[in-house]
Amino acid sequence: MADDDLPARALVVRVPDWPVLAAGHDRSEPVVVVHANRVVATSAAARSVGVRLGLRRREAQRRCPSAVLVAADPARDARAFEPVVVALEAVTPRVEVTRPGEAAFATRGPSRYHGGDAALGARVIEVLTAALPRPVPVRVGVADGAFAATCASRPGPPARPLGSDDGVDPPAADQVDPVQVVAPGRSPASLTAWPVLAAARYLGTSAAEATAEVLGRLGLGTLGALATLPATDVLARFGTDGALLHRLARGLDPRPLSTRRPAPELAVGTELDPPVERVDVLAFRAVALADTLHGRLDHDGLACLRLAIEVETEHGELRRRSWRHEGGLNAAAVAERARWQLDGWLNGPVADRPTAGVTRLLLDPEEVVAARGRQLGFWGGETRIDEGAARALTRVAALLGTEAVTVPELCGGRGPGDRVGAVSAAAVDLSGERVVARPGTTGPWPGRLPAPSPALVFPDPAPVDLVDAQGRPVGVGGRGAITAAPARLGRHQVGGWAGPWPAEERWWDPDRARRRARVQVVLADGTAHLLALEHGVWHLEGTYD
Amino acid sequence: MTVVSAPESAVGAGLPLELLGQRARPVTLAAERSLPVSDALAPLLPDGVLPRGVSVGVEGPGATSLALGLVAAASAAGSWTVVVGAADLGLVAASEAGLVLARTVMVAPPPPDRWATVVAALAEAVEVILVRPTTRVRATDVRRLGAHLRARGGVLVRLPGPGSWPEAPDIALRTTDPGWRGAVAPDRLDGAGRLRARRLVVEASGRRRAARPRRLELWLPGADGRPMPVIAAPEPVAPTPTGTASPADWSRAG
Repeated sequence: MADDDLPARALVVRVPDWPVLAAGHDRSEPVVVVHANRVVATSAAARSVGVRLGLRRREAQRRCPSAVLVAADPARDARAFEPVVVALEAVTPRVEVTRPGEAAFATRGPSRYHGGDAALGARVIEVLTAALPRPVPVRVGVADGAFAATCASRPGPPARPLGSDDGVDPPAADQVDPVQVVAPGRSPASLTAWPVLAAARYLGTSAAEATAEVLGRLGLGTLGALATLPATDVLARFGTDGALLHRLARGLDPRPLSTRRPAPELAVGTELDPPVERVDVLAFRAVALADTLHGRLDHDGLACLRLAIEVETEHGELRRRSWRHEGGLNAAAVAERARWQLDGWLNGPVADRPTAGVTRLLLDPEEVVAARGRQLGFWGGETRIDEGAARALTRVAALLGTEAVTVPELCGGRGPGDRVGAVSAAAVDLSGERVVARPGTTGPWPGRLPAPSPALVFPDPAPVDLVDAQGRPVGVGGRGAITAAPARLGRHQVGGWAGPWPAEERWWDPDRARRRARVQVVLADGTAHLLALEHGVWHLEGTYD
Repeated sequence: MTVVSAPESAVGAGLPLELLGQRARPVTLAAERSLPVSDALAPLLPDGVLPRGVSVGVEGPGATSLALGLVAAASAAGSWTVVVGAADLGLVAASEAGLVLARTVMVAPPPPDRWATVVAALAEAVEVILVRPTTRVRATDVRRLGAHLRARGGVLVRLPGPGSWPEAPDIALRTTDPGWRGAVAPDRLDGAGRLRARRLVVEASGRRRAARPRRLELWLPGADGRPMPVIAAPEPVAPTPTGTASPADWSRAG
């Protein structure tokens, strides 16, 4: 190997259990973050009673009955991480976000300025501790290459060799030095005990994980064992993914030789006139840009490893942030990251928010490699079905307009119509796992109607007449009590009724405040309806069809 | 990529892999070509499963809940669900019924001249389609749709609505005799209760394997929003007529 193949020295900073913190909980509380019925993150308290990543939700609840369950939401994690990255930029301007909760940068300049890797690490921890909402043991790893630094920032190779993940703290995790510096040239030695699966997870592709599993079955469970094999043989037997894992095992960057800074004309941007202040509008433009970008990269046979998202506002403020994914970012993944980032900027802490609308949006691929293509399941697996569905939806969107094809997103609210929002299908990545709950969905919503919910919810509720036995309109008093028992709904006899459920919403905001009371009505023919009273008029909100 | 060579007579220019896949695909029996369905609704369907490639019609009070309950198990098992032209579908209720919203897509009502194109495009690619037409569907479109459904192995559920269909569906489900529990007699609480569950009767009829008429009494929705079997049901053929169903319904039930 040539000398210039040596990886650049990198610092990785990691906030442990970030999804727990982003959800507004402390690590000392028992918190379990679940996605698709599996545990994806836990707090230290939950781990101490045996909750592990990958457990089924029910099993996690059995082991820790007091645990708070939180739905995973990458957008929330990314939004909460943005202020942390801003604080980190005080140390060095070139910060890359690998994922929410983890960031990396090259140490060559900053390390010299701050007087060595250890001093730089201490400074990073000092800055982050000040920026985080609550005290957390931040960890820093410095080593040759981002992968070795990532490993150094973790609490050591797990005791169980394979199948386990980084969510396992050894007992004395909080006592070890938070800054782990691997001396120059010692990266390969520091990696020998790590499982190959760790390297596959770092690459972040399912193909790499599958290869790691095969290697594990062949007895090559650790990176040390893999590194002893000749590189050419690994490439010949295990293909590109094996070669990438082998490079990582030897402490090299996965593909430094092919990585290059792309020509500037690959970047795609758009001027926004009038300036845009809303995330969804920006995200929509970002989708179009991501498609264009992907088309250009595709044309040149390239895949994007690191992407910068840049916005400029009317007042000339410039924000730029880099996202990295070792597996390469496809168009939908680019669009999704852009959405997270824009959400983080525009809905983040007030002090950091741009002061004016966004006038320019730019997606800039900072690092590209030759694309290796994506292999579909040979006999037509799940992927193919999903891609076929995605293609059909794109076609339908082309026929009817993008607004006509939407995917539901659960959001907070009291009425059955308020609890579901619609997001344009073009603005979300349908090929991956999707989180349908927005933050705040599960919070207490006094006045919310319990299940079962009406199967038909009318977008424009029609006004109806609800009268009592004497034919007088039924009302709801100021204390939330109904004035008389309803007897007729329009021409129909009321057979039974329940309620009212008063809901006074956003009373602090005169423009959006709504005061409603809901009543369930069963008619004599057995049909049931949900009525809402607002400004003295009953509306047919839904039907329990 | 090197490609396995196949007999040149059959191979088109770009499809050797597809052909190979077709040849190597194991033979599947009709009963195996099916989508899962919840246990509560299984007695309504031939072999207790939702056969692929069929159209299902739902009508009567509670038809929407029945449609949701019918496709929920397939959705939970990984199928995508597309709802065409039913903007008023209660998605909270759908989620309670067991539909996975992460794999659900809503499509606004297409204009009549594009309706067939849109639904056919979806039938080619998606396993579960809930559709409510706004006008009368043409017979040629229905035939084409049926071919797409059988090729893809999907299921099309016809929701009741303003539109109409030229022919009956492969499986027709009809609900009658709805009775809500929680806010009406006998446990009537006049304002103090809430709707908890609805008991109704579903009658199934259809063509081919579904031709034998079936009848089932069940909770739809049950207390948690999903369909639930009625435990210790009365004699299923002739229930005591307590509801307000018309005599015509009872004659059909027998």
